[in-house]
Amino acid sequence: MTDPLLRVLLLQDYNTRIVLLGTMLFGACGGVVGTFMLLRKKALVGDVASHAALPGVALAYLVLEVLAPGTGKSPPWLLAGAGLGAASGLLCAKLIQRVRLIKEDAALGIVLSIFFGFGVVLLTIVQRLPTGSAGLNEFVFGKAAALTVGDVVSIAIASGLVLAVCFALFKEFSLLCFDEAYAAALGWPVGRLDLLLTALVVAVTVIGMPSVGLLLVVAQLVIPPTAARFWTDRLGTMTLVSGLIGASSAAAGSLVSALVPRLAAGAVIVLAGTCAFAVSMVFGRQRGVLWHWLEQRDSERHIGQLDLLRACFESVEETQRRAVLTGESDLTATPIPRESLLTTRAWSSARLSRVLVAAMRDGVVRLDADNHYRLTHEGARRARLAARNHRLWELYLIHFADLAPSRVDRAADQIEHVLEPELIEQLENLLEQDTLRMTVPVSPHP
Amino acid sequence: MTDDNQPSPLSIHDMTVAYQRRPVLWDVDYEAPSGKLVAIIGPNGAGKSTLIKAALGLVPRASGEIAFFGKPYHEMRSRIGYVPQRTSVDWDFPIDALGVVAMGLYRKIGWFQPVSRKYRQQALAALERVGLAEFASRQISQLSGGQQQRVFLARALVQNADLYLMDEPFAGVDAATERAIVELLRELRSAGKTALVVHHDLQTVAEYFDEVLLLNMRRIASGPVEQVFTAENLRRTYGGKLALLDQVGHRMSGK
Repeated sequence: MTDPLLRVLLLQDYNTRIVLLGTMLFGACGGVVGTFMLLRKKALVGDVASHAALPGVALAYLVLEVLAPGTGKSPPWLLAGAGLGAASGLLCAKLIQRVRLIKEDAALGIVLSIFFGFGVVLLTIVQRLPTGSAGLNEFVFGKAAALTVGDVVSIAIASGLVLAVCFALFKEFSLLCFDEAYAAALGWPVGRLDLLLTALVVAVTVIGMPSVGLLLVVAQLVIPPTAARFWTDRLGTMTLVSGLIGASSAAAGSLVSALVPRLAAGAVIVLAGTCAFAVSMVFGRQRGVLWHWLEQRDSERHIGQLDLLRACFESVEETQRRAVLTGESDLTATPIPRESLLTTRAWSSARLSRVLVAAMRDGVVRLDADNHYRLTHEGARRARLAARNHRLWELYLIHFADLAPSRVDRAADQIEHVLEPELIEQLENLLEQDTLRMTVPVSPHP
Repeated sequence: MTDDNQPSPLSIHDMTVAYQRRPVLWDVDYEAPSGKLVAIIGPNGAGKSTLIKAALGLVPRASGEIAFFGKPYHEMRSRIGYVPQRTSVDWDFPIDALGVVAMGLYRKIGWFQPVSRKYRQQALAALERVGLAEFASRQISQLSGGQQQRVFLARALVQNADLYLMDEPFAGVDAATERAIVELLRELRSAGKTALVVHHDLQTVAEYFDEVLLLNMRRIASGPVEQVFTAENLRRTYGGKLALLDQVGHRMSGK
């Protein structure tokens, strides 16, 4: 029972449970609201909101101290100041963008640095005060362990509101994010919806400030939705996954910081989120880099083998001095010299060896006792098909250039999978003419 | 052009649109005919897309009046279907084809309500009309350009509007999609609907459309293709820039 690890993991401390609940609610809110902001390509808005909150907090503290010395560390007022600061920062960014030549990224960058700089100046003034700035640092860097029951109750109420708005307006927000002009044409009040979404960002900033601190709030708005995108192609699922990643990284961060004294929860929460992001980016089922890479490699192998088979086929055609695409010919009997493959494909010797080894493993090419490569029966069938596909595609490109580009898919196993039967019939007629031309002895001299 | 008792689907009166002080559209007057397919034609930067956007209130007008079926736009929204340019959205968005089409029904569904099965079926029916029913649950970036365009068309179709405003639906689509769109336009016309289509390919104007609106900052000419789509008018629109003009002129005069 005295083992601290066990105590934390079993949530035996009342305080740990409180902190956990508070940070998880914030994490979920950040993940959900962040999804919309990310898809609206406005992920940086959260960054501006949190940096602009700093002068708000400092100013609120100073005002309170002036009005009644010693009352500066009153969290509700400081949070109200934070909210006001964030909101006025975003308002400024919007106004600056009205000026032509100032684009959104520049406007956000300008506001962020000006507000934050102003905040730092105010903070130094606060530090000179006899009362010091002990309470303020918690807002900058966060101190999850200091959350009280009262804090968590207000966090829960605010988070509940934020999540409820997102749930109720899910359809409206998704339309806003996907196609704002169309939404406006349909008569949706895009301006007000946008304002509401921005208000939600400010709310998340304020909710997260006591636990992770204003500098790291933005991470909870950006990292979970980016990670979630790798797992799904559906907005609903993405929002849910993002909320879960946000909540669970918040949970992991709070638990670790409860175990290790003096470790800031905010930083650990962000690191936990980063781990989730890294894992998602590599292994995410829909868009993960690993799956993409595997698919790419498979497709390269597939195309490599098709190219090899076609080269074998052409080599046989060359040695037999006739078109073997239609008529009878023993594709499996003719030896295929390695050199001819090298010249037709312009592959490096090493590359050819790799492709040949793979082809032998797949049973389409065999190396006979006479040290010559030959096609197997299966290989001959596939080689004939590959050559036919290739020639049909080439004819298609030549004769139907106007409609071709969007439809050519050389890796498709059969041209029939892509083109209509009538078109293929036309192409086959053309191919037959070509083949007839080839069957005529090409040149009397070798 | 229109019946006296039936107001024009879209009448534009004296409309001027300017970005800063540079006018994009200048004193445009236009009455769209009812139940016709109209091509909006003009060189790049002539204000074709802006005409549509300004009519819909997406771009502020400097002056001028717009009426849809004789009434202001906000009263007639449900009767107007808008098909924006395909390149105006991010096709990596996590949504499937059916989801995009269902957006056309959001107004009907109303605030706060989720998309119920009834509406999903309507969306599916619209996808079927553009020949994409089998792609309903495909993420939209995995559709070809032509298929994406057809998804946008389906989103407007599902609104069951009476006037369709389409911004370059033929841009960068394959032959199959082009045929599908033309067929769809004809279907709309036989159902008594009107479509205003920003179009680029002068060669196909006479084949696909009943009327043209020639635009280059000002309205150059408008009316039935056989009367208005002449070499002379095209030269006034394009300023004799296109070698194509003469060919088209020959073809038209040959008819």
